Formats: sequence, structure tokens, C-alpha cells
Amino acid sequence: VSSSSSFWTNLDQVFVLLQHWIAGLFPQWLQPAVATILAVIGIVAAFPGIFALTTVLERKGLGRMQKRLGPNRVGPLGILQPVADGIKSLTKEDIVPLSADAVVHFLAPVLLVVAVFLGYAVLPVGRNMVLMNMDAGLLFFFAIGASTELSIFMAGWSSRNKYSLLGAMRAVAQMISYEVPLLLSSVVAVMITGSLSTVKIVEAQSGFTGIFPHWYVFTPWGFAGFVLFVIAALAETNRSPFDLPEGESEIVAGYFTEYSGFKFALFFLGEYLGMLSIAGFAITLFLGGWGAPFSFLEIVPSWAWFFAKLFAAIFFFIWLRGTLPRLRQDQLMNFAWKFMLPMSLLNLLVAGAWRFLGDGWSKWIICSAVLLLAYVLLGRVLMRKQHLGARSYRYAD
Amino acid sequence: MLGEGILKGLGETAKNFAGSFVSKERMTTVQYPEERIAPIENTRDFPFLVYDGDDKLAGMRCVACQICEKECPPKCIYIVKSTDKKPDFVGKMQIYPARFDIDISVCMSCQICVEVCPFEAIKMDTEFELSTTDRFGGLLYDREQLAKSNEHYHKIHPTEATEVDARLAEEKSKAEAKAKAAAEAAAAKAASAPPAPAAPAAKVAPAKEPGA
Repeated sequence: VSSSSSFWTNLDQVFVLLQHWIAGLFPQWLQPAVATILAVIGIVAAFPGIFALTTVLERKGLGRMQKRLGPNRVGPLGILQPVADGIKSLTKEDIVPLSADAVVHFLAPVLLVVAVFLGYAVLPVGRNMVLMNMDAGLLFFFAIGASTELSIFMAGWSSRNKYSLLGAMRAVAQMISYEVPLLLSSVVAVMITGSLSTVKIVEAQSGFTGIFPHWYVFTPWGFAGFVLFVIAALAETNRSPFDLPEGESEIVAGYFTEYSGFKFALFFLGEYLGMLSIAGFAITLFLGGWGAPFSFLEIVPSWAWFFAKLFAAIFFFIWLRGTLPRLRQDQLMNFAWKFMLPMSLLNLLVAGAWRFLGDGWSKWIICSAVLLLAYVLLGRVLMRKQHLGARSYRYAD
Repeated sequence: MLGEGILKGLGETAKNFAGSFVSKERMTTVQYPEERIAPIENTRDFPFLVYDGDDKLAGMRCVACQICEKECPPKCIYIVKSTDKKPDFVGKMQIYPARFDIDISVCMSCQICVEVCPFEAIKMDTEFELSTTDRFGGLLYDREQLAKSNEHYHKIHPTEATEVDARLAEEKSKAEAKAKAAAEAAAAKAASAPPAPAAPAAKVAPAKEPGA
């Protein structure tokens, strides 16, 4: 039993052990740097790999939802499609508009990818598997995440194209609006854990009652926070139904209208990496991070659980994309300020109440009832029919 | 309640997703180059020239009347009349097209040429895999390429081809009966009044002689 359990422990820590072993081959003074570089290589290899897989899974999944097959020509079942896409975007001509600001135009996609990669530094993908266990990890992630807006606006502004600028304006308006509920909905997890460190947040959720885990999503405030976080995350990553900034039918491709070849691929990469990282943080904050969903499944390596949850989240995002139509700009803003913000503020109060209501069952009933009532009432307000009346013109009539 | 519609929609797409793995109705894609479905009978794309018998040029029904050339909206037909004549399906001597070109890169598949043709000589084909590396010469079809047998016509549009055949057979028998009657009348006339000249009206051909 002990040998088998040590095998499973080793498997759980296989990447950590590998990192230590390789670092051990170097002189003492070089070891911290080598270990860090190895971890960075791991992140830079793993997540773009998942991105490549996601693109083909997304196209196939969307196809299935629309009763068609999706890509199935390159390789078995079309699984090598991302390779073909990569070669294509590498060999395509890189066009920079004549009147564009060439330097900013070039920097925008680079900045986006760099900023998005930085976010992974504080994402725990397994037990002891985090590049940097920062005390203010979550704060770091949100600070870095906010700088993607800068790169998007750089792209839109420097292209000198009306569609790019419109797309960038939309993106910035949308991302700033949804940043607020995104932050506020994640604060509940910080309040209950008492730490901004992502590692501590995961550890706080790692216990079990019977066979069920202590994930935050299984509490009233956690569930509400999770739903709010996911909605805000969709808007933050410009995913459908919040894909107004790149609404093809209205503004060509939004802020990356003037990008082609590998710069376009970088934008694409940045967007998907952003989606993966924000999904990773949703998992970390509310779905127990790398924790197993049942106590008897703890034997499976922690990183396997993290990536399984990540793929489930990706599938959910694809599913939503295949289902929902794009919102209108006013609907988007109404939803952010009239529903998301009040709900996430209320959720903060509920989380505080949960902390001070003691151990009884009463807190479950009170917290659930408050949130449910607020949801129904706010939903009523949001869905109230607006009587706009006939359009009138001042001069044309 | 808020979100009800979203859940309903998610259910619908989930049904599509899961169903596409098990049910043929939920996966309507035909894997085209490998799998094909037979075209429906009324499929049409570009015109072809019908010929009877085995010899493309001898059996060609077209008499180079140029009605289709004149009616063609995008003007994709080019016809040069022959200087000599050949017998048509009835046996009458007719002009034939020395050249008959259709530029299928210009053709818009409107079928007007087919509708105006009085000789059932031009019909619509169902062949659609016509891509070529030469966009000028490769898409300009001459009479050799356009000529297709009546059997081919029967194969692609059976109902229509049977109707056409019946019509032509009727026409042929009518013409034969007329010729016979005219011959009999001429014989009777010759028998009753030897010096009277034979009526030229018996022959229909001169009326259709294209004006030079």
C-alpha cells in the first residue's frame, strides 16, 4: 500500500520533481533561475498547446451544435487543423496600413500576449505547481488583466481605421464596465479565505464533508459569485454573447480589422489565452482549483483535475457561444450596471453575513433567500418592457 | 424569469450536440467529394446540344437558326452557320452549326435558350464539376464538347426527355403522313391530269430556309 501511495504522490508531483531534478544539474547559484525558467517554459508550452486544441475543439463543437461536422480534413478527424492554421498565418503577408502608426500597430498584439501570459504566473495548476506564490496574487492577476484593454485600444487607435476604432471603443467600454462586477464577484472568495493568495484560496477549499468537497461554488454566495464571475469573464474576454467589439456583421473584425498574418494569430492567441486564464481563475476561486470533486478521487493527480476542470470550462464557453446571439450595446451596458453590479454588491453583504451567522442551517436559508429574491426582482426590472414609442425626427419629417 | 430563455437555448444546442453523434437526421452533412447524393430531376446548370444516333455532328438536332444566340441575356452563345446542308431527324435538308460555342463562364444558367429552341436541340445539363486551370479557353465549350447524346438526356432528365421524344415522333409521323399524302395527291393528279405541274407547297422546307 505504501509503495502504491508513494507512486500516486510521485505522479501528483511529477512535474515538480522533474523541475527539481533538472535544476539540480546546475550549480547552486543558478538553480533558482533555472527552476523559474523551467516553470515558465512549462506554462508557455502547455497553454498555447491547449489553445491549439481549443480552436479545433471549438470549431468541431460549434459545428455539432449547428448540425454540421466542422473541420475534418487535416489529419485524423481534423485534429491537425491548428497546425495548418499556424502554417497559414505564418506564411501570410503581414500588411500594415500606410497611414497606421507602425510601432504601436506592431506593439499591440505583442503587449496583449505578454500581459496575458503574465497572468499565468499566479495560477496554481496543481499542488505546489504555481510559478509565483504571491501574497497579492489575485490583485496581480486583475492588474495585469486590465492592461489587455490598453493593447486593444492601441490596436484600434493605431490602425487608423474606423472599424478598428469603433471596435476598440466598444471593447474598452465593455471591459471597463465588466471589470467592476468581475472584481467584486471574486472578492467574496477573498473575504471568506482571508487572503489574496491564489494558493491559499485553493487550500481553503480543499477539505471534504463526507465525500463532498468544500468548494465555494456549493455555498449560496459562492454560487452567485461564480455565476457573476463567469458572466463577467465572458464579457472581459470578448466571448459570445459579449463579442460586440469584433461583431463581424457590423464592424468587420473590430480592433483587429487591420491585422493579418502572424499578428492576427497573436491576437487570436492572446484572446484564447485570456479566456483560459480567466477560466483558470474561476476554477481557482470557486471550483476548488486543483482539488478533486470527491474525496475518493483524491488519488488522481491534482494537475489532472485542474486541466479537466479547464476543459469543462472551455466546453461550457463553446456551448454558450453556440447558443447565444450577440447582445446589443445598450443591453450590454444595462446588464452590467443594472444587474451585475447590484448583484455583486449584494453578494458581498451576503458573504459577510455568512461569515457572522454562525454554524447553523439558518445562514443557508437566509443567504439563499436574499440572493434568490434579489435575482428575481432585479430580473423583473431588467426584463421590464421599455416603451420607446415611434421614432421622431426633427428635420426629416 | 431572467435566464429561462438561456437555459432553454442551452438545452436545444446540447440536444443538437449530443444528437449529432447518434442520429443521422441531426447530422445532415454530406461529405461531398467522397459521398454524393444524386441530383434531383429538375437540376440544371449549363446547356448542351442534343444529338440522335451515334455520330455527334450527323445527329445534331441544331439547325443553326440562331434564336438562342439572339435571346441569350448574357450573350454567351456564338453560332456560325454552315454553307452546306445535312438531313435532320425527319430527313429534310437543313443548315447545321459550323460553329457553336458557349462560354460557360458567362452563361447564367437561365434556361432561356432551352425555352426558345423550336427544335428541341439545346437542353440543360447537370454536370457541375467543371473547374479548370484555364479560365479562358477551358471555359469556352465548342460544339464537340457541347454535343451529348439523347441517351444522356434520358439519363439526366427522364420525364422531360420522354415528352420530347414523343413530340418529335409525332412531328415525324405527321411529316411522313403529309409527305405520303402529297405524294399520293401528286400521283393522283398526274394520273388524272398529266400536263398539270406538281404543287410546290408539298415541301415545307423552303419556308424555314434561313434568310441570307
